[in-house]
Amino acid sequence: MDNITTYREAVKEAIRKAMREDERVFLMGEDVGHYGGCYAVSMGLLDEFGAERIIDTPLSESAFTGAGIGAAMNGMRPIVEIMTVNFSLLALDQIMNNAATLLHMSGGQFNVPLVIRMATGGGKQLAAQHSHSLEGWFAHIPGLKVLTPATIQDAYEMVGLALADPDPVLIFENALLYNSKGSLDVHATPTPIGKALIHKVGKDITIVSYGISLFKALEASKTLAEDGIDAEVIDLRSLRPLDDETIMNSIKKTHKVIIVDEGWKSGSISAEIMARINEQAFYELDAPMERVCTAEVPIPYAKHLEDAALPNPEKIVAMAKKMMGKS
Amino acid sequence: MELDLNKAKEFYKEMLLIRRFEEKCVELYSNQKIRGFLHLYIGEEAIAVGVMSALSQEDAVFATYREHGHAIAHGVSAKSMMAEMFGKMEGCSRGRGGSMHLFDGATRFYGGSAIVAGALPLAVGMALADKMMKRNRVTVCIFGDGAVAEGEFHESLNLAALWKLPVLFVCENNRYAMGTALKYTESETDIYKKAASYKISSKQIDGMSVMDVAQAAKEAIASIHKEQAPMFLECLTYRFRAHSMFDAELYRQKSEVEEWKRKDPLTLFENSLKDKNMWSEIDRAEMEDEIKNTIDEAVTFAENGTLEPIEDLERFVYSEASHG
Ligand SMILES: Cc1ncc(C[n+]2csc(CCOP(=O)(O)OP(=O)(O)O)c2C)c(N)n1
Ligand SMILES: [Mg+2]
Repeated sequence: MDNITTYREAVKEAIRKAMREDERVFLMGEDVGHYGGCYAVSMGLLDEFGAERIIDTPLSESAFTGAGIGAAMNGMRPIVEIMTVNFSLLALDQIMNNAATLLHMSGGQFNVPLVIRMATGGGKQLAAQHSHSLEGWFAHIPGLKVLTPATIQDAYEMVGLALADPDPVLIFENALLYNSKGSLDVHATPTPIGKALIHKVGKDITIVSYGISLFKALEASKTLAEDGIDAEVIDLRSLRPLDDETIMNSIKKTHKVIIVDEGWKSGSISAEIMARINEQAFYELDAPMERVCTAEVPIPYAKHLEDAALPNPEKIVAMAKKMMGKS
Repeated sequence: MELDLNKAKEFYKEMLLIRRFEEKCVELYSNQKIRGFLHLYIGEEAIAVGVMSALSQEDAVFATYREHGHAIAHGVSAKSMMAEMFGKMEGCSRGRGGSMHLFDGATRFYGGSAIVAGALPLAVGMALADKMMKRNRVTVCIFGDGAVAEGEFHESLNLAALWKLPVLFVCENNRYAMGTALKYTESETDIYKKAASYKISSKQIDGMSVMDVAQAAKEAIASIHKEQAPMFLECLTYRFRAHSMFDAELYRQKSEVEEWKRKDPLTLFENSLKDKNMWSEIDRAEMEDEIKNTIDEAVTFAENGTLEPIEDLERFVYSEASHG
């Protein structure tokens, strides 16, 4: 049964459900308790679960992320919340050198069932230290799984999927999506980690996206439809593992592809996707692959410059038309 | 501390300017002229004014995202700050930084940093360079109580002490890091004691008293020059407003805020000037007028500023020839 809710509520509901069902689950991070979460995701959870399971941490990203790893190794199922991906850089050592490697270094003895959630993305004029989308970076690292819920359903399901996973899973929640509304079916069978979803079926061109870019791609596909271009829109959902099969199958049908990514182009997940298409579906392509990414600049404060830096539906439409020979 | 009338006027006016400037910012934020995050310094003005009063033109400043007060007190122009917040090219950071990233080379104001504790290592390096080049200047690094929990705080204090660097560390302890009270995040809530454990001479002072801050800062700067070693001031203070423009303030009691408002640095200073029979010499109305003019001019300047051409979007990622 579906009900209409927000992305924020969906994440909260998923955390609440997990905490009710499994005493090993706890949430820790900056301002998750008394403040209610910097994006209000955990509002009310301190009252419901108490300060032992909803833990306000000091500004010590490296230490509390590492503590999450240690607790996970000792049988707990921590959810570590890092306010935004920008601050996760202070915890990068723990994520990379410990969470991602312990299982391997220990010859398979110590797995790390840790969930790390963080907000990501630009678009709010927060300038160069608060606006970046670095999820593609994390997808570089073997040992991690990287999820990018775009829809309300995924915002809900991915918390449970991540907690059920025996290995470290990073969840990137685009901050502009917290207020978005949509339907949620809490009884649906979750779509597994590593499976992409086709949000709009089309035959002319494939648009691969993830996170907030999904909605930009869907909006672009509507404009394109008015011009007689039937785009297929894919939501990757997971950047590691990547669902090669869904991407390649779509290209076998459309023979053209645009990748939309709020990360920068150089060394990005969009570059990785292009490389895989080259390896697996080169002869299916009718046109060079294209990308709509963020300009290669730290995000500026001024609105007109920030807007110009980020991907948007107009840029996707223009690119698609160019590829279809309709510009 | 000896306080002559000129100094008294200067301190009071500077604090009032910061207060009024930020009240204007709130209004402009509501009118959507200023966007992004806006962190107000209201209630904490005595620290910026007191600390900056002890610096010379040569000294450098690193501050946080709550830095309007520090920038004003250090001599960054209200015009260029307002234009910055409007996202205009005439802004002190060309509209690229906004409220959290005010930079001004002319006054050696090095930001405007929005990663908590991120500037402490930079201050250490700035001072290291001065020491290596035998320049007799000081670097001031201002940060909040929240920064104390980061590794960079501890690493930087150790380096500064170990290498005997001319850094003045100023912790603005306003008791909260966003919505989390210090008592929930620190096993030792007297922050100056942490500095002492690195063998840095440190002091806890009343951050609501501009006189106390100015006096302590003056002594600290003198000591840094004399001892060739860092100093640490913990200023006890309180932010009267929300953490930023989005904050329901569920984490503190209204009564607590009211109690602190009784220690408003402007009121405290007014009272102490009354005790010294100096208050009657200060023409408050005239001061308000002058401040209003300064702020009106800043807003007009910002309104009339220009938007950087979009073709320039990818500039300043790498140095241009002029950077040398
Ligand atoms: C490394 C890092 N973690 C988290 C944040 C988000 N954040 C911004 S300000 C802040 C509170 C900082 O408090 P404090 O240092 O006491 O300064 P105050 O805001 O009270 O002046 C937090 C958690 C950040 N900017 N940087
Ligand atoms: Mg604070």
